[in-house]
Amino acid sequence: MWQTLSLFAPELLLAFFASQLLTYGAFAKKDVSVGARYFAVALLVAFALIGFVMGKPTGEAFKGLLIVDDYSYYVKAIIGLSAAAALLLSKSYFQSEKLDRFEFSVLTLYAVLGMSIMASANNLLSMYIGIEMQSLALYVLAAFNRDSLRASEAGLKYFVLGALSSGLLLYGASMIYGFTGSLDFATIAASIKEQGPTTGIVAGMVFLLCGLGFKISAAPFHMWTPDVYEGAPTPVTGFFAVAPKLAAIALIGRILIGPLGEITSQWQQVIIVMSVLSMFVGAIGALVQSNIKRLMAYSSIANMGYALVPLAAGTVAGIKGMLIFMTIYVITVIGVFAVILQMRIRNGMVEQISDLSGLSKTNRPLAIVMTILMFSLMGIPPLLGFFGKLFAFLPAFEAGLIPLAILALIASVISAFYYLRVIKVMWMDEAENEFVTAPRAVRVILLISALIVFPVLLLPFFAIPAQSLISQAALALF
Amino acid sequence: MVIGLHHYLIVAAILFTIGVFGIFVNRKNVIIILMCVELILLAVNINFVAFSTHMADAAGNEPIAGQIFALFILTVAAAEAAVGLAILVVYFRNRGNIAVEDIDLMKG
Repeated sequence: MWQTLSLFAPELLLAFFASQLLTYGAFAKKDVSVGARYFAVALLVAFALIGFVMGKPTGEAFKGLLIVDDYSYYVKAIIGLSAAAALLLSKSYFQSEKLDRFEFSVLTLYAVLGMSIMASANNLLSMYIGIEMQSLALYVLAAFNRDSLRASEAGLKYFVLGALSSGLLLYGASMIYGFTGSLDFATIAASIKEQGPTTGIVAGMVFLLCGLGFKISAAPFHMWTPDVYEGAPTPVTGFFAVAPKLAAIALIGRILIGPLGEITSQWQQVIIVMSVLSMFVGAIGALVQSNIKRLMAYSSIANMGYALVPLAAGTVAGIKGMLIFMTIYVITVIGVFAVILQMRIRNGMVEQISDLSGLSKTNRPLAIVMTILMFSLMGIPPLLGFFGKLFAFLPAFEAGLIPLAILALIASVISAFYYLRVIKVMWMDEAENEFVTAPRAVRVILLISALIVFPVLLLPFFAIPAQSLISQAALALF
Repeated sequence: MVIGLHHYLIVAAILFTIGVFGIFVNRKNVIIILMCVELILLAVNINFVAFSTHMADAAGNEPIAGQIFALFILTVAAAEAAVGLAILVVYFRNRGNIAVEDIDLMKG
């Protein structure tokens, strides 16, 4: 009993206090949105760190429904911290758009609760519950600006395609259940080992991966991403680009290594196809974009393609590479969205790439930071993005997937073009408009992100503990 | 004729296909898309319950788990329909209609 509770502590913390916050907000006489946001940020940080504070108890909770290991602790920590950063970023935006409601914080907490269950799912049922819990909160967040046609259209599109993807995922889950006789990941693995890759199991695996591919917006299931990213309020887009992606790809990693570990050669083909398509759809689709949020949408599609490259290897180094790549991606993208949230002129927010023109003259520090982040996304050494791609592509080379790694390199060269275009607009075009001074929270998060991307994590003082943490997390799956 | 497992699976597969096609082929009304989503989920439920009742009672098999999963799907489907209709109402207030072909503000 106590052991289960200690394993379930992060989720329990979130569930209890999110419900408390919801009740309090509903009955409070005055507007509690500001207090609710700080409370939620504190809660998310506590959620991220509670496992480490308690000395990382590991094991299975609720008769194997949830598994708690180093992998899930690591993923939860990154999810919690990135969600906290996204919440802090949202403050000034929502206040100036007169949208600030406490429900935003509550919905974010519930979404993170779902992601947390995804990160420690050890059963098809808990996997489904986690995904739905996350998705239902995210649909509402996408349409949070309910007076805006764009936001409600984004919410509608996200909902329809998200529901379809849940259907695909469930159909796959039902096939796997039918042909292996169990919902439990370990039992599924044992059953697949016994009977080999039958048609039913392979079909179920393909449906399952298609459903999960929607959640990480891997091509060919990426159609919703640009529209949802463009329509949703900018802080929500920033949240979408980091936490749900990490949760879903961590879940994919666990499923590929755990229950489907015996049919590596079958799922490898699916992952390779999704990976190559995503990289090229993301790289080529972004070339013609003029809206920076749409650009980031295609960039995230391409980056999910890169993140699938190490997973295709199916080795410890592959999982480690995926975790390193995703961590660096999350840090960089939070920084980029902190820049996008500073793109405010006197009349309101702007989001065209051309609005950045001449930034180096009007706001040189911001231009330098954005340049660093763009170079990092491109993968230029010595920035952190380079090491992300290095650790992501190396396992594929080692596992003999040389064509895949070469295609990934070609795609990153193509995608360098549109990152460079943003830099060119900032440094070489004539200034059109001047941004108003950004609020402090946004600037601080931007500074932290840029510092981590630029030199800090490369110092051995930080790099060695981070590496060993990620290695432990990757080893926990095997 | 004895109705076996594969009959149920074929019915479920047909329902699933109708649901998926309905989402992509339908150009008229978003409500129909919501109905198609429900159809997909019901197809999955048929699958789960059919597998559950036809499962051999061997070690490691969990025949009852499929039926429990079906109950969970029913519950989540209700929540999903509620959220979906709420978003649809918000969209209708802003747009004035819910024709699928008019949901094209953002493209590219």
